[in-house]
Amino acid sequence: MSAAADPQGAGLRAWLRSPSPASTWQARAQRAYLGWVAFRANPIAMAGLLIVVALVLAAIFAPLLTGSRGLDPDLPNRLLPPSAEHWLGTDQLGRDIYDRLIWGSRVTLYIVGLVSIIVAPIGLAVGTLAGYAGGWVDTVLMRIVDIFLAFPRLILALAFVAALGPGLENAVLAIALTTWSPYARIARAEVLTIRKADYIVAAEAQGASTWRILRKHVVPLCLASVIVRLTLDMAGIILTAAGLGFLGLGAQPPLPEWGAMISTGRDFLYDQWWVPTAPGAAIFLVSLGFCLLGDGLRDVLDPRSGEA
Amino acid sequence: MTDTNSAAATGKLPAAPRALRATASALVSLALTFIGLTAITFVIGRVMPADPVLAVVGDRASEEAYQRVFLEMGLDRPIWEQYLTYLGQILTGDFGTSIMTTRPVTEDILRFFPATLELATLATLIGCVIGIPLGVWAAVNQGRWIDHCARVLGLAGYSAPVFWLGMLGLLIFYGNLGWVAGPGRIDIYYDGLVEDPTGVILFDAAWHGEWEIFWNAFSHLILPAGVLGLYALAYIARMTRSFMLDQLGQEYVLAARIKGASEFSVIWRHAFRNVLVQLITIIGLTYASLLEGSVLTETVFAWPGIGQYITTSLFNADMNAVLGGTVVVGICFVGINMLSDLLYRFADPRART
Repeated sequence: MSAAADPQGAGLRAWLRSPSPASTWQARAQRAYLGWVAFRANPIAMAGLLIVVALVLAAIFAPLLTGSRGLDPDLPNRLLPPSAEHWLGTDQLGRDIYDRLIWGSRVTLYIVGLVSIIVAPIGLAVGTLAGYAGGWVDTVLMRIVDIFLAFPRLILALAFVAALGPGLENAVLAIALTTWSPYARIARAEVLTIRKADYIVAAEAQGASTWRILRKHVVPLCLASVIVRLTLDMAGIILTAAGLGFLGLGAQPPLPEWGAMISTGRDFLYDQWWVPTAPGAAIFLVSLGFCLLGDGLRDVLDPRSGEA
Repeated sequence: MTDTNSAAATGKLPAAPRALRATASALVSLALTFIGLTAITFVIGRVMPADPVLAVVGDRASEEAYQRVFLEMGLDRPIWEQYLTYLGQILTGDFGTSIMTTRPVTEDILRFFPATLELATLATLIGCVIGIPLGVWAAVNQGRWIDHCARVLGLAGYSAPVFWLGMLGLLIFYGNLGWVAGPGRIDIYYDGLVEDPTGVILFDAAWHGEWEIFWNAFSHLILPAGVLGLYALAYIARMTRSFMLDQLGQEYVLAARIKGASEFSVIWRHAFRNVLVQLITIIGLTYASLLEGSVLTETVFAWPGIGQYITTSLFNADMNAVLGGTVVVGICFVGINMLSDLLYRFADPRART
């Protein structure tokens, strides 16, 4: 939904505000533009967007923003307090904490991105299938979803990691296994409201296959609520990943994962407080950013739901 | 209450069977969830890279001994039969023996669980006592600074990693200010001085009138409970605010105002009563998630609870203990949620009829 490729150049604003869109593409662009206008008016949501964009930029330009990759020990300079040379001080191996934080944003984005691309399609598939098929398929699938919804997520993720072995990929898999179920719920609810709609019946009458109806007419309408929920869940995903890292079950050293950084910095809490404090602040800031962004997105994309 | 005939005529069941049916359906879904939970822990136990037979006999055992234990453990039988055996063991409270402590897992869990219970209960209490009035206050002053403060606090409580907050708390209140005691449940020289039939130190100390021990245990408890409580507070305040706003917009509130009821009466006697019913589910949910979420807090505060038991067992590849702990926490989690759901059904007349 990018309005970057504008067919009319200078008259972009007029094109976006034209009361009678000439093409589907124009209508979609107008919709996105209106959403953006509403979103921009919400300062809290903009703050969230700013934080998330900063995270992405930090991850992309990490080599330019830092002096080192923060992996090589420099023992003579260990546990230095924050200074002009080391903005956030150095850790127990003399590595620059600021450098590690910036490179750690890549790990965070990797986790968040991977969980999203596992969880959203599974949730969408299960939810739309259950909602569209109905009958016993619906009953069975929703029972499974209910079972997963009722589980304690962190403990279950712990048990999964215990079985799979510690590591970043396994942590992602464990988080995904415990996170997918609400998406199926949401997608199913959306499908139920549109299943009997006239345009679906029309598509059926034209002889469209079930697969085509699901792909072209049902799934796109579920996407908005799934994306909103995903953004709101990001904070939880980041916190769970950090928690697994903190327990030593997620990313393994020397990878600069923020939770694992807190865990190793714990030994220096009382004397070199900056070592565990800085990565915690980074986690806090980023999950706050996703919370704010999700709140704002919900208001724009999903005006029906209030607080949930 | 209507008599059965007229109830049948209007197609509505009388109240009592309806409540029964709700309970029955809750029990069915409890049973299904239980089966799902145990199936998952069972599968996890089976896909473990560690060989369960080797864990028992050791890697120097003869082929003969290995085969015997293999048969004894029933690993040759079909997988569903193994699962049924496993289910039977769980239902009789048998989770096997912990490799780490060499005691039955059930015994271990009974020893560690009260500490977690103590922590989660106090945290939920903190969350309710501060969170509910804060939420009501924010809703009444919607859009003013108190509302914004409550919102920011709520988001902060949700976004901050609980283990990081715990460490900051230790750094400030224990390391720098010295207001509270450090990690652990009680100072070492008080350890074991009071009989602990319940395992909840606060309760046992108060019962025996050992106030010195009580205050010592309390100064250890207050910081971790406060950190978890902040999380509870954030969620409870947020939900209270949104429920309250919902109620304040209803017509009966307007009617009460027109009638000349005082603002206090409108808020607390009319609107809040309905909010309270909805809050039952929220508080149940918070309590359940604190029981689970205390894993990280317990690690930071060296709190000898079930969460720490599970994580230490995990690092010692003590699978019986990990799975036993997971099942017990899972059952508590599911049970509390079901219970609050049922309570809600009975407390809310609209859900009842």
